[in-house]
Amino acid sequence: MTADARDGDDEIKGFGAASIVACPNGPLLVRGDVELLDGDGHPVPRTRPTIALCRCGASAVKPFCDGTHKLMRFRTEE
Amino acid sequence: MPAPRGPASAALTEYLRLEDHGTTRLDDDALHNEVSAAVAASPDILTDDDLQLALFLMYELHYTGIDGVRDELEWSSSLIAARGELERGFEAGLRDAVTMPELPLPIAEQVAEALFELTAPTPGPSLARYIAKNATREQLHEFLIQRSIYTLKEADPDTWMIPRLRGRAKAALIEIQTDEYGGGRQERIHANLYARTMRGAGLDDSYGAYLDLVPAITLASLNITTMFGLHRRLRGASVGHLAAFEMTSSLPSRMIAEGFRRNGYGDQVTDYFDEHVEADAVHEQIAARDLAGGLVEAQPELLADVMFGAAACLTIDGRAADHIRSRWEAGETSLRHAFTLEAA
Ligand code: FES
Repeated sequence: MTADARDGDDEIKGFGAASIVACPNGPLLVRGDVELLDGDGHPVPRTRPTIALCRCGASAVKPFCDGTHKLMRFRTEE
Repeated sequence: MPAPRGPASAALTEYLRLEDHGTTRLDDDALHNEVSAAVAASPDILTDDDLQLALFLMYELHYTGIDGVRDELEWSSSLIAARGELERGFEAGLRDAVTMPELPLPIAEQVAEALFELTAPTPGPSLARYIAKNATREQLHEFLIQRSIYTLKEADPDTWMIPRLRGRAKAALIEIQTDEYGGGRQERIHANLYARTMRGAGLDDSYGAYLDLVPAITLASLNITTMFGLHRRLRGASVGHLAAFEMTSSLPSRMIAEGFRRNGYGDQVTDYFDEHVEADAVHEQIAARDLAGGLVEAQPELLADVMFGAAACLTIDGRAADHIRSRWEAGETSLRHAFTLEAA
C-alpha cells in the first residue's frame, strides 16, 4: 500500500461545468457544456466530449485542431 | 495456431497444443530451455520472427485467448517463467536500441514540451507520405494487414495501466480511453471502426487472420505495448509510449486517408483515419500534459521511464514503418509472403 492515498482535488464540479485549457503552442481544449456555433449561428456537430479548437488558423478541419500547428511551429509565447 | 518461425515458437505451439489435448505434458524445462537458448542466440530480438511470435502468443492468452488453448494456461507457471526470459531479452534489446532523450525538469509543462520536441514532425520521406502519394491498392491492403495486429485491439494494452495510476494521470487516461472505446458506443469503438475499414477494403477482420503474414517488427510494435502495460514496474514507460503514439498520429492519419481516397475508397474505409485526425489532436494534448506530465509531477522518479517509453515507441514504430516503405520502394512486399486479395 502506498502512503499517499489522496487522489486529487476535493472540490467537486458539476459534470457539465465548462472549462477551456489554452494549450501552450497549441489548441484550446474545451470540456463541458458549451454550444459550438458557426458564423451563421448553426450548431457545429460535436462528436466527442472533449474537443480541441484550432487557434493557429492552419487546421484543415476547422474549427477543430488537426495538429497542423506543429508543422508551422506555432508559438503562443515569446 | 500460427506456423512456428523457429525453435522457441515451435516449442511454445507444441506446448499449447499438447496441453490442449491433455496428453503428455511437455517437460516444463524443455520450453524454458528452448526459449532461453533462442534469446541468448538472437542477434536482434526486435526483428526476431521466432521470438516476437512466441511473445505475441504468450500475450494473447491475456487478451481474448487462442482458439483451442485452455483458458487456465494464461497463468501456467512454466509459461510465465518462459515469458520472463523473453521479456528480459526484449527489454534489454529495447534499452540498447533506444537513444535516451535529455530529461526535462519533472514539471508537467516541461515534460509536455520535451515530448512535443521529441515527437515533432520531421520533413522527408515517411510511410504516411508514401501512402498519400504513391501507394497502390495492393500496398494499401498490406498496410491494413500490418496495422490490424495492433489496431483490431486498439487501446486494449493501455487499459492495463488504469488501476496502476492515480489522480490527474488516471483521469487523463480515462478521458483518452473513453474516446478510444467510442464513449461506450459499440460502433464508435476505434477497433470496430478499423474492422469496418478492413471489411470495406475486402479484407478479413477476424483477429489474427493474417498473423502468418506479418513480420517480427510488426509483432514487436504490439508486444512492447503489452509488455509495458502488463508490468506495473514499467508504468512510466507505458505512459510515455501512449503519449508518443498519440502525438504522432493526427498528421499521418490525414495523409493515410488521402492515400485511400486517391485509390477510390469511400467513407467506410477512410472514416477510421479521418476520426483519428481530430481525436488524436485532442488526445495528444491530454496525454502530454495531464497523463505524462501529471504522472511525473506526482512521481518524479518515473521521469526517465516516461521519456524512455516515448523514445521506444518512436524507435519501434519508426522501424516498422521504415521496413514497409523500404520494401515497397524496392518493389517488394512488406509481408512475409506476397498477398493478393481474391476477388469476391
Ligand atoms: S491549433 Fe492545432 S491545427 Fe491550429
